[in-house]
Amino acid sequence: MIRDLTHEKLSNRRSHSGWTPDHRTLRFRALFKLPTTRIRIILAVGLSCTIGLFAGIGTYTFYYAEGLSYFSDDPRACVNCHVMREHFDGWLKSPHHAVATCNSCHTPTDFIGKYLTKAENGYWHSKGFTFQDYHEPIMIRPSNSTVLQRNCVRCHQQFVSEINTHPGKRREMLDCVSCHRDVGHGPVN
Amino acid sequence: MNSRLTDRRGLAIWVYVAALAVVALATFLVLLLYQNIVARKAEATQHVFRVVDVNDRTTDPVLWGKNYPRQYDSYRRTTDLVRTKYGGSEAFQHLERDPIWRRIFAGYAFSVDYREERGHAYMLKDQRETERVQKFKQPGSCLQCHASVIPTYIDAGLKAGAPAGAENREAQIQKGFEVICAMPFTEAEKLVEHPVSCIDCHDAETMNLRVSRPAFLNGIRALARSDYATPHLPSIERWRREGKKGEYEPNTDANRQEMRSLVCAQCHNEYYFKGTGKLVTHPWNNGLRVEQIESYYDQEKYSDWTHQETGAPVLKAQHPEFEMWSQGIHARSGVSCADCHMPYQREGAIKVSNHHVRSPVLNVAAACQTCHRIPENELKARVELIQDRNRALLTRSQEAIMDLLNGVVEARAAGASDEQLAKARALQRRAQWRADFVFAENSMGFHASQEAARILAEAIDYARQGQIEAQKVVAPKKQ
Repeated sequence: MIRDLTHEKLSNRRSHSGWTPDHRTLRFRALFKLPTTRIRIILAVGLSCTIGLFAGIGTYTFYYAEGLSYFSDDPRACVNCHVMREHFDGWLKSPHHAVATCNSCHTPTDFIGKYLTKAENGYWHSKGFTFQDYHEPIMIRPSNSTVLQRNCVRCHQQFVSEINTHPGKRREMLDCVSCHRDVGHGPVN
Repeated sequence: MNSRLTDRRGLAIWVYVAALAVVALATFLVLLLYQNIVARKAEATQHVFRVVDVNDRTTDPVLWGKNYPRQYDSYRRTTDLVRTKYGGSEAFQHLERDPIWRRIFAGYAFSVDYREERGHAYMLKDQRETERVQKFKQPGSCLQCHASVIPTYIDAGLKAGAPAGAENREAQIQKGFEVICAMPFTEAEKLVEHPVSCIDCHDAETMNLRVSRPAFLNGIRALARSDYATPHLPSIERWRREGKKGEYEPNTDANRQEMRSLVCAQCHNEYYFKGTGKLVTHPWNNGLRVEQIESYYDQEKYSDWTHQETGAPVLKAQHPEFEMWSQGIHARSGVSCADCHMPYQREGAIKVSNHHVRSPVLNVAAACQTCHRIPENELKARVELIQDRNRALLTRSQEAIMDLLNGVVEARAAGASDEQLAKARALQRRAQWRADFVFAENSMGFHASQEAARILAEAIDYARQGQIEAQKVVAPKKQ
């Protein structure tokens, strides 16, 4: 490429002095020229087909992977990838299963916060599951722990208002599930 | 502007080509992702393909491995040789690390060769090679736990006249077991091919966990009939509550979680060779604690050998992991052997229990963190702390036993009679049995840390008492 460009510069200079460029140089130059209508139509159709194919395959993959379910509050969406099977099973047997779903505890309540959290976790989960490079056993990350703590307090405000808690500040945060470990996922895990 | 120029307005050709290439590449990646999702979904629906027929007689793990490649892959890795602080799977010589035991085992085969066990894959090879077999005559009893032996037992049982038919499987095994235990090891070992294999823990038809080792069945039934409390094995307590009908049957009475320990307990236990038939027998009639096992041996008037230096009838502890685990907090909390030694691992969307049986210290994340949500280094440090403390107590007990041995040897040299030495010898038996119980057990006290410390405290106490008894014999003469 570099050689070609140098060559072209040279040939441009030389054409003034009566030098005629060879076929290879001409073909290469054509790439930088504006195409004719006919070529443009062919290219546009080709590009549209490729984009269409991409859109179609992408949408189908999204549909096949049950992508829409991740926008819902249905706990079954969280076991789509089977990694959280035990956590789901545990939740079914836990004291909270009648009053709270996965999202009630693991995502913020405001619209933007909720979908930002979903997007961030969705990214890490898909990356982990696709490349199989996640830590076993899976553990909650500090930012998600904060979300969880806020949600504990949100419902149990009346009982815990006297207890000073600082969600988000790791060392000061009173972590409810540190003791009440089985409320969400039952006796084990 | 002329029409020619209008026609030529817009993007250069390479822009079209580049856009096309980028979208094509993106499509390619989306298809890769699609394929990945298809594979994960398929894994979740079915993951066993029976490509070969395995049955109750198939001991060759290679054949089972064709049907269960994931489990087989990890099973094969028990060939690894890794040393941990106090154990592991490398065959180091205990007698070199702790030469004191040469004296404690004086007059017994273990004073010649006491190598650390290697992984499951080596169990038959190591037994054939140990100097305890090469230099001493051993019975066929060893095979019960050094080979995949059940079909061999069945054949020998049928030959010896046990009733035929699948419904009499247990009677055939029991009969064959009696025949083979009485054979010399050198003859019996020709009848087996493989070390512990799939069939030793699994039913070939259903893949359910199953215990078949005859000595274990006899032992666990004796334990069930006793009044020893077994909160960690609820099925035994239920069988007792329901009126002790017939015999306790682990394969039908125990739940899956209990079976995840019992299959291991078939071999990782304390035993002795009973009578002239050398029948492998577990001393569990009075319970599983160290003094209950000792009281059984006392009742049977059994001793493994007579100590060369002191003439005391002493006992050798084997590898009482089942007994020690039974005293610990993990057993009491419903944690099975397999939970830590064969933890679940994920392969894609499939959950497989890791058949590379090994020290949990080498696999802390999977073995411990499922329950203990604290950093790996901290967990390792806690385990090591427990083991270091028990090791320090063990060293003290060894030294105390040395002093006891010296005392008795001195008394003998001074001409003490057997009658005069009886008390000191009895105390040597107790002290040595206890120290060995912790030394031979594969966890350096971790399986039941407080129990191990209690046992070692008793060992030290009995050794010092024995030393005093021996000195009492000599002392009056000196005056």
